[in-house]
Amino acid sequence: MMFDIFAFMRKGGGESKQVAKDRLRTVLMNDRVNMQLLEDIKYDIINVIKNYMEIDEENFSISIAQTANKATGVKTPVLFADFPIKKIYKN
Amino acid sequence: MTEIIVVTSGKGGVGKTTTSANLGTGLALAGKKVAMIDADIGLRNLDVIVGLENRIVYDLIDVVEGHCRLKQALIKDKRCDTLFLLPAAQTKDKDAINPEQMLKLCDALREEEFDYVIIDCPAGIEQGFRNAIAGADRAVVVTTPEVSAVRDADRIIGMLNANGLGSPKLILNRIRPQLVKKGDMMSVEDVSEILAVDILGIVPDDENIVVCANKGEPAVMSDKSPAGQAYRNIVQRIIGHEVPFMDLEKKEGFMGKLKKLFGS
Repeated sequence: MMFDIFAFMRKGGGESKQVAKDRLRTVLMNDRVNMQLLEDIKYDIINVIKNYMEIDEENFSISIAQTANKATGVKTPVLFADFPIKKIYKN
Repeated sequence: MTEIIVVTSGKGGVGKTTTSANLGTGLALAGKKVAMIDADIGLRNLDVIVGLENRIVYDLIDVVEGHCRLKQALIKDKRCDTLFLLPAAQTKDKDAINPEQMLKLCDALREEEFDYVIIDCPAGIEQGFRNAIAGADRAVVVTTPEVSAVRDADRIIGMLNANGLGSPKLILNRIRPQLVKKGDMMSVEDVSEILAVDILGIVPDDENIVVCANKGEPAVMSDKSPAGQAYRNIVQRIIGHEVPFMDLEKKEGFMGKLKKLFGS
């Protein structure tokens, strides 16, 4: 409690709010861009795959997740795309 | 007409359940007929916050699965006879119900002619969240002035928009005026600017909340609690009255006096 009181009275101290705001802006920009990015990738993948097979577009899911490499154990972001196949076209 | 409001946040521990309890109780104290729904299946908490944990016979899942009628499961509050609680099931998990069933439950609540239904949404963005928002007319997002909580709030706002619950309103919880003044906590203006949403209310950090939770009596019932006053203001705004935001500077009390004492 005493520590708090002195911190309160200290002149010119405490500007961490600006740091918080700056970090938040960056984080939110990434969050928002990533969601749109995934939507764009999903759209493009569907269009390519359509040439080879019929897929269940309703249940198509796409995500990026930190995944450890089986051999090295190093974690990297991996793009996962799950698309239930309805029918594969013959040539 | 019934208005169904879902209280969300994304991040856990920012005060969703406390907010739900206070809004529900506050609206009932303002003369409205209110049902509070605990949608956090498997982690029921709203019952203990409002002190009704000993009265539970049936729960939300019992109603959905047809083991009892809705009226049998609704627990009447011991202090306010227009306030009801529909508790969550404690032994099931979030997959025990789906959004369609929740929608039906909300329709049944509308037929009971409640003025307001407050749904306490679980943390997270998965099934529990989708269930909780399924039947809602509008959403309230609770956050605290911290980077992690605001980030999650942004995500939730995006998901609410995508699910037809556009323009949710924000409750900024646990504001500490001294820290804001010192530049060590984001202010209401900072958060509303970053999230680009309207503010429904600001709730100061208040020790009384701990005491209230211990007793099972929402702070909105206490005249001495600054947070209680903040919740009463929010209740008035929900009903449609214009109430200015609390002057948090005045609530400094102890710290303010000390500051004078030390002459700084």
